[in-house]
Amino acid sequence: MPMTITEKILAKHAGLKEVEPGQLTNAKVDIALGNDITAPIAIEQFRRAGAKRVFDRERVVLLPDHFAPNKDIKSADQCKLLREFAMEQDLAYYYEVGQMGIEHALLPEQGIVVPGDLVIGADSHTCTYGALGAFSTGVGSTDLAAAMVTGELWFKVPETIKLIYRGKLRPWVGGKDLILYTIGQIGVDGALYMAMEFTGDTIDSLPMDGRFTMANMAIEAGAKNGIFHPDRITEQYVKGRARREYHFYKSDPGARYKEVREFDVSTVEPQVAFPHLPSNTRGISEVGTVTIDQAVIGSCTNGRIDDLREAADVLKGHKISPNVRLIIIPATPSIYRQAMKEGLFDIFLDAGSVISPPTCGPCFGGHMGILAKGERAIATTNRNFVGRMGHPESEVYLSNPAIAAASAVLGRLGSPEELGRKR
Amino acid sequence: MKCSGKVWKFGSNIDTDAIIPGRYLNVTDPEELAQHCMENENPRFVQEAKEGDIIVAETNFGCGSSREHAPIAIKAKGVSCVIAKSFARIFYRNAFNMGLPIIESEEAVDGIREGHEVEVDLASGEITNRTTGQRYRANPIPPFMQEIIDDGGLMKHIAKGRS
Repeated sequence: MPMTITEKILAKHAGLKEVEPGQLTNAKVDIALGNDITAPIAIEQFRRAGAKRVFDRERVVLLPDHFAPNKDIKSADQCKLLREFAMEQDLAYYYEVGQMGIEHALLPEQGIVVPGDLVIGADSHTCTYGALGAFSTGVGSTDLAAAMVTGELWFKVPETIKLIYRGKLRPWVGGKDLILYTIGQIGVDGALYMAMEFTGDTIDSLPMDGRFTMANMAIEAGAKNGIFHPDRITEQYVKGRARREYHFYKSDPGARYKEVREFDVSTVEPQVAFPHLPSNTRGISEVGTVTIDQAVIGSCTNGRIDDLREAADVLKGHKISPNVRLIIIPATPSIYRQAMKEGLFDIFLDAGSVISPPTCGPCFGGHMGILAKGERAIATTNRNFVGRMGHPESEVYLSNPAIAAASAVLGRLGSPEELGRKR
Repeated sequence: MKCSGKVWKFGSNIDTDAIIPGRYLNVTDPEELAQHCMENENPRFVQEAKEGDIIVAETNFGCGSSREHAPIAIKAKGVSCVIAKSFARIFYRNAFNMGLPIIESEEAVDGIREGHEVEVDLASGEITNRTTGQRYRANPIPPFMQEIIDDGGLMKHIAKGRS
């Protein structure tokens, strides 16, 4: 029976020859991930179940990235609990502040997750690793606790929606714009319970960082996972990083899809998602005059080196508006160092921005850039729900790094072309 | 198992930041989380909701983050059941794992208004609107998932099975 890449990975990990949508399977988990807000609950559940050891010290990954560096005493207590558990269990992959990066940028970079894996994480953006051709999905703390004990978890095999992107991308359009455009088309529950399979000639030439951004936001369409077929670009990325053997799976010709959609990307311009849903998208030419108080460039969605280069490309030689705070957050220590080596920090600092250590902080309204009542931010993050970045009466607009950088200079939503930047 | 109470009605795409804002995620105590449940969406809910009350919402309830703090906060607030046209995937799983009864029914959501008194029979999937006398159908919750709820969540259910 022809299968999709998602079905093949689930079948393989369930020890079955084939699976079909709707089937309940018990599958082996390659990596189980938790952070400083979700793991404390999982650790409590782990103990309550009477468990003594995690199933494999090399496959349970913990790191404090949300409220770290510690925001306050309560956060410090949570991070301490995480650290002590990691020490007690002698976990191979626990990352302390200094080595810690935003989880979904760090794990692929460090070769901890690899193509063909089945990964669960107590964080909804765990779907990011689909960019590598892995099955990867977010779960709650209790499911994480169960996987920490047994190394297995039950899954309902999802139906797949196939998304085909054709054509050449316009200037300043990348993975972020494609995924925002897609969510704008299908809605925030357009792929509810489903796998999103990203394909087409546009995707074939999309760099890894753009693929991570797209897979990352599959959850924003309600999907269980987002996935790409691994190819030469994937191979180049994982070669020299992978800490385990990896496998490239591909959907069979004739595999069954719940729905197939095609997009001609040659007409897609940079996208901005207006408050308060990621599906509330408009092309940059249709945003009107929207002044901003803050811009954030970073997060598990857009805090990678390509994102920072794109922002620097726009900011070079410019100063940000005196009415705007621009916060730039390289997602991992390696990205941080690379940006520094390339001179991007000089561009950011000359422009008047502040560079933060790796943290999820502002994206979820945790710390490091909270909005006051009535304030507006443009952010390269993934959610613009009511109160997401602070006060319930603040607003978040989502975009790619180039648009966020240009907006910071203009003091309102706008494009690099308005600054005379050509690409 | 039956739940009954007064209804609080919400719209579509009630996200996890609406259920429990991110700024409270440095807390795990259920009672403390309950004090902030839905505060961005409807501040009256925190002050006035009573033990047993029922949340009724449109589509995609619980979208967004994987935070288990969301079903924990709703349950600790004393809500006995959430009825929606559809639930976001991670929230659906988390609610059962936490022992919070949730049930999908389009006709119930369309027929019920804020303040109605409603009774839900999880085993049969029958929802009764005591205010209007209307009855609605929902997919019943399978016995093994009812057991998880009766035991107070997945881990307690597992612990019970082991003993």
